[in-house]
Formats: sequence, C-alpha cells, structure tokens
Amino acid sequence: MVSPLPLAVGLAVVAVVALLVYGVSSSGPSRTLDGQVARGEKPPAPALELTSLHDGAKRSLRDYKGKVVLVNVWASWCGPCREESPLLQRWHERMQPKGGTVLGVDTLDIKGDALGFIKKYKLTYPQLNDREGTSIRKLGTAQYPESFVVDRKGRITALQRGPVDDNWMREHVLPLLGPS
Amino acid sequence: MRRALAALLVLFLLAPTAASAACPKTSLADVEDEVMCPVCGVPLGLATEAPQAQRERAFIQREAEACKSKQQIKNELVAQFGDRVLALPPDKGFNLAVYLVPAAIVLAGIAAITTVALRRRGGARSPPPVTPALPGDDAARLNEDLERYDL
Repeated sequence: MVSPLPLAVGLAVVAVVALLVYGVSSSGPSRTLDGQVARGEKPPAPALELTSLHDGAKRSLRDYKGKVVLVNVWASWCGPCREESPLLQRWHERMQPKGGTVLGVDTLDIKGDALGFIKKYKLTYPQLNDREGTSIRKLGTAQYPESFVVDRKGRITALQRGPVDDNWMREHVLPLLGPS
Repeated sequence: MRRALAALLVLFLLAPTAASAACPKTSLADVEDEVMCPVCGVPLGLATEAPQAQRERAFIQREAEACKSKQQIKNELVAQFGDRVLALPPDKGFNLAVYLVPAAIVLAGIAAITTVALRRRGGARSPPPVTPALPGDDAARLNEDLERYDL
C-alpha cells in the first residue's frame, strides 16, 4: 500500500506545477488569428465589448457591422502609434464616404493622455477604450500598434502586428471598399 | 488698523502650515513600489525605461502634487488601468491562488513535519520485539553453548 504522506506531497507538487503551467499559458498572446488569416481564411471578428473613450458608454465591434472597419489598437505612450496616426486619419476620411471607418481602440492608457493624443493629431474617427487590455486579448494583441481589417460581414480579412503603411492599406482595405 | 494688519500677518504666516497639514506628503517612491507597469508586467519601480512606465510616473507625480493620498492615487490608477495595476492582486478569481497556494504549501509542510515527527517518536517508545520462546531442547542447547563461551 502507498504511504499517504508521499502521495500527498506528490499530488501537491503536481498541483503547483499545473497551476504554474496554466498561469504561463493563459498570460501569453494567442496567435490563432494569424494562422487563419495567413491561410486565406476569414475568421469572424471576436465580439469586443468596449467602452467609448469619450463618455464611457458601452460599445461593441458589432455596432459597426455592415461597414468596412480598420480596428487600430493604440496607446498614447506608444511611439509608432504617433507616427501612424496621420495616415489613419487620412484613410478614415477616404473610407467614410464608402461605408468604412477606422476604429481606434485605446488600451492600458491614462484617459487624459489618450484624449490629448486625439486632440493633438486631430483624429476624428471613433475611439473606444479597453482599459485593462482584456478584450483585445481575443485578437492576440501583444504589441502596439496593431491593426485588423474587418469586412462588411464582420470577418477579419487582414491583420498587421505593428504600424501599417499606405501600401498595406491599399492592399488590404481598398479592395473591400468597392469601386471608387 | 493695526489689529487688522496683525491679523493679516498671522493669517499669512499660518496659511502655508495649514495647507501642508491638509496635503498628505505622498511621494512617487511611496506609490511605485505598490503598483505595476501593466504593459511591462513588472512593478513600476523596476520598469525604468518603458514609455508607459514613464507616463504612469508622471501621472502619479501630478496626483501627488494635487495633494492626493497614496490610497487615492492607487484608486485613480485602478480607475485608469483596472485591478492589474496593483502589485498585490485582488483576492478573487484565479488571483486567489496567489494567497492560497503559499498558505497551502506552508500548511502541507507543517502537516508533513508533524506526521514524520510523531511517527519517529512513536517508534522510539514502542517495546522491544518479543522473541518467541525456543522449544525445550533448543533452549537447553543454547544455554550450554553460551556457558561454553562464558569467559
């Protein structure tokens, strides 16, 4: 018969190791979307439940269904986000008449700093907030900025982990907007 | 007139003291040990170069200069970043493990040591093993042998 003491110690060790493995695996970003998009699939965009950066009202990515949406995850402390913002504003103005929009998602940021950023770069596209960065984890976000193209059916057709440029926007956003 | 001037002088001298008494002396160092840099995943005091950490420090500094207490500043940080900003996580959900696992390990260790100690003590007190009696012939032969070797 097995002595209860070594059995208990063994079980405790297994439990602690399992806890550590769970902790480490659950904190890492998921890269499922990247693989799906790279294979040419169009996975449905996750239902991001966010708040308006301006008034704190609840908003969802579903509110934009039927539009071509460029979801841009950013923060005011992020250097590349500053460089990317004027390009995004230009593209928002280009997308808007064709049923498209850039949708900013500010995260892990101080609200005053984020609003100052929007004012400084004269950004007019809608801005949501993911205070703790929990909702955008569904997108596998781990760096800033990151952008996701969502088509009119609510499917992710392209993503960019890092800043986008004009060529990327032409390649991935323009075709979804229809004939110019 | 003289009285009024004296009263004004007293007010002028006392005003900074009263203001400093109402303003808790919270320093950046007081707070940064107890909060995290959420993007870096380390305590703010250890995140020296990260841009988010620098913004967070500037925010704490502004709040401290606005006479906020340490707890008020921590509450403000939670309002900005959520519970993740606290170095000690809240005791709910998976975070509960942070408090329960060390306690469980300590308790299991105490239980293991106690069990081993009790077993050892019990072993020392137990009577010597009883030797079965030898049959009559064997006992006599054993005695003879022992006497032969008795010096």
